[in-house]
This record gives sequence, structure tokens and C-alpha cells, in this order.
Amino acid sequence: MIDKRVTNFEAVVADLPELHDGAIITAGGFGDAGVPERLIDAVTTLNLKNLTVIANNAGSERGGVGKLLKAGSVTKVICTFPRSSGSVIFQELHAAGKIELELVPQGTLAERLRAGGAGIPAFFTATAAGTPLAEGKESREFDGREYLLERAIKPDVALVHAECADRWGNLAFAKTSRNFNPVMAMSATATLAQVNRIVDHIDPETVVTPGIFVTRVVELDS
Amino acid sequence: MSAKLSSIDIARCAANDITEGSYVNLGIGMPMLVSDCLPKGREYVLHTENGMLGMGPRPPEGEEDMELINAGKQPVTLLPGGSFFHHADSFAMIRGGHLDISILGAYQVAENGDIANWMLPGQAPAVGGAMDLVAGAKQVWVMLSSHVSKDGSPKVVDKCTLPLTGIRCVNRIYSDLAIIDITDDGFLVTALVDGVSFDELQAKTGAPLQQAADVTTLHSS
Repeated sequence: MIDKRVTNFEAVVADLPELHDGAIITAGGFGDAGVPERLIDAVTTLNLKNLTVIANNAGSERGGVGKLLKAGSVTKVICTFPRSSGSVIFQELHAAGKIELELVPQGTLAERLRAGGAGIPAFFTATAAGTPLAEGKESREFDGREYLLERAIKPDVALVHAECADRWGNLAFAKTSRNFNPVMAMSATATLAQVNRIVDHIDPETVVTPGIFVTRVVELDS
Repeated sequence: MSAKLSSIDIARCAANDITEGSYVNLGIGMPMLVSDCLPKGREYVLHTENGMLGMGPRPPEGEEDMELINAGKQPVTLLPGGSFFHHADSFAMIRGGHLDISILGAYQVAENGDIANWMLPGQAPAVGGAMDLVAGAKQVWVMLSSHVSKDGSPKVVDKCTLPLTGIRCVNRIYSDLAIIDITDDGFLVTALVDGVSFDELQAKTGAPLQQAADVTTLHSS
């Protein structure tokens, strides 16, 4: 019987070969919505080193990927907006030259993850053409307009938050807490999902992330 | 002291120019005021890039839902006919040219439509969705709370000197002094605030202005 349910947050990060020093880890969420806080806590306790972290924001001392940064586990951040109020840890590490930043426009980040999950190694986009973020990137003209070549991202692990899951790993989301979670789930080799509720069965018409993209699920109350 | 528009007056001007049925994204900060100025009886759909169409106003105190937020991370509501979607779909709407209007703030706008709005010197870098919005929306409108910077230097210029957000993409500027279209021939003033002369506006602008055949007069409230 397929059963992706895991009983607690210790078990959800245990014996997962993709969680290793130097791994690329992506975490969902936008603002305070849909951030897999408990999974980030669980990964932080593993004391991994040299991680690359991909998220929209760089997190704060209390929340998001900021906790991994504070623990000294992260050497590179790929994100769109590390200047939110409270992103103190990132800004201190970055100012001290202790962490590398790859700044990516938000739509380009979402599409690079989607492409990674869809087996598309690279794509062209007009976003950022002619700007400082185009530096070092291949560009090409199509129909009289300049486009940049952007590479897909294939993280080792995705940490996502969803409203509910079933034992097959199907996920459904609540309102704007969906945000990056589905594209991150499809992009990674292993996807861990924390959910508000594990249910017997999700209506197939309302499944947003099919279980094929999900490795393990854990309920927040556990 | 010459006349000028308040931020809410500027937002009202932009809101009046949005046609029925448009899909519109409002940038964080001043452009958000547009949602408070929707003309009665006209329906348009607000998009927020964190995954919602049909964004409504902030809920009453005590009814905030932190799973229902806008791109500025503030609690909002969902209007009838609205929908939720993930980030790749949200930006496919933007980058695929489905969004009618993107309204943003800016540090500088140039006469060829270049815009600089994401980074000031010495500031920690952060870009968000601005580069996607200016590259993808059918129309890009810029709102300027003041036509010139605090030090008096023009924001409406011949060439941006700050890091660019996008190239040749801005269609129109709403400032506290005027409404200016960006055409193939440069800046075209279509409306002036009551009490502001064309010459005064030109003196506060870093590139040549042209005057439309019939310039509308704007009044502050």
C-alpha cells in the first residue's frame, strides 16, 4: 500500500538521501502565507552545512529560511526579495560577505522551478532584458524583442506547506498560501509537505499538486 | 507654492482611466490607493502576483486572514468571480501578456519608456516581481507622488541613471503635476494640474515635453 504519511517532524527529515551537506533546498511561502515553518525547523536541527536555499524571501530570525541562515547552514541564497522588514540575518551575513546572493525576478524564479520540474533545461524570457540582472546571461532576439536565456533549477529537496494531503501525497491549498509551493513541489527530487490536515481522500478535481510530486507528508499537529 | 495633487488625487486619476473589464496589477505602496478609488459601476479585476485574481479591500478589523494576503503581505479579501493559482501561473498571466495594466511607483522614467524602480545606491538588492510586471503587462503606468525628487532633481528624465527595471516599457506617468504619455516622439503632456503652467512643468522635467492638442485640467480635491 502506498502511504506517504509520516508520523512526526523528526521522522519526516530522517534517512532522506537528498538531505545532505551542499544540498539545494527550496522552501515555499510568500510573506507569512504558506511557509513550511515546522519543516524548516526540522531541517535546521540536522545541522547541515553549505546549503543553497531557494525561497521568495530570505526569512527572519523567527520565521522562514532565516532559521537555517542563523544556524550557519547556508552559503548561498537564491531569492527575489531579501529586503523585507525583519530580514536582518540575511542582510548581516550578506554585508559581511558570508553568504552569496543570486537575485532572481519573481516570475523568472517561479518559471525556473517549473521548468526544472518539467524537464525543460532552459527558456527565454523578456523579463530583466536590458537591466543589471541580465549581466552574464545569453540573450537572443525573437520577433524584434530581446530575451534572456534562463536556466531551470532542480533542487534536491522542496519543503512545502499545504492545507491538506491524503496518503497518496496529493495536496490541496488554502487561498494565497498556495504561492510557490506547487512549483517547488514539482521541481525537487524529494518533496516534503507539512499540512494542516491529513484526510482520507481529496476530491480529484480539487487536487492542485498530484502525489507524484510528493515524497512524504506530515500533519502539523503531529 | 503652486498647486499639486495629493497621492489619493493621483490614484483617482489613474482609476478613472482604467476601462471596464480590465485586469490590473497594483504595485506595493502608492499604487494600492487605486483600489480605493474605483469609479462606481465600473468593474475591473485586480491581480496580485502572489496568486489571486479578484482582490478586494482590506477586511474589517478582526476578520484578517493571513492566508489571504496581497503582494505587500497585507490582509485583503476575495471578491465574487475571483480565483487562486500558483506563482508560475500568476506570472504566466503577467509574462504572457494577459494583464492589461501594471501600475507601479518609480525613481526615474525616461522618454524612451525605460524605468528604474528597484534599487537605490547603497540599498541592499531586492527585485520582487517588478521586472516581470514591466516586461509583461500590455500597459505600464507609473505613479509619482512628486514630479521631482526631494533634492529637486527630475524623476522624468531623458535617460535613467539608476539601475533599470525594464526597457522601453512605460506608457504613461501620473504625477502630482501632470499626466504624461510616452509616445514614439517622447513625452506628451495630456493633463496639467490647475495652476501649473506648461513652462513650470518643463522646468521640473529632465527631457523635452510636448503638449497635446487638448490638455485636460486636473483639480486637487
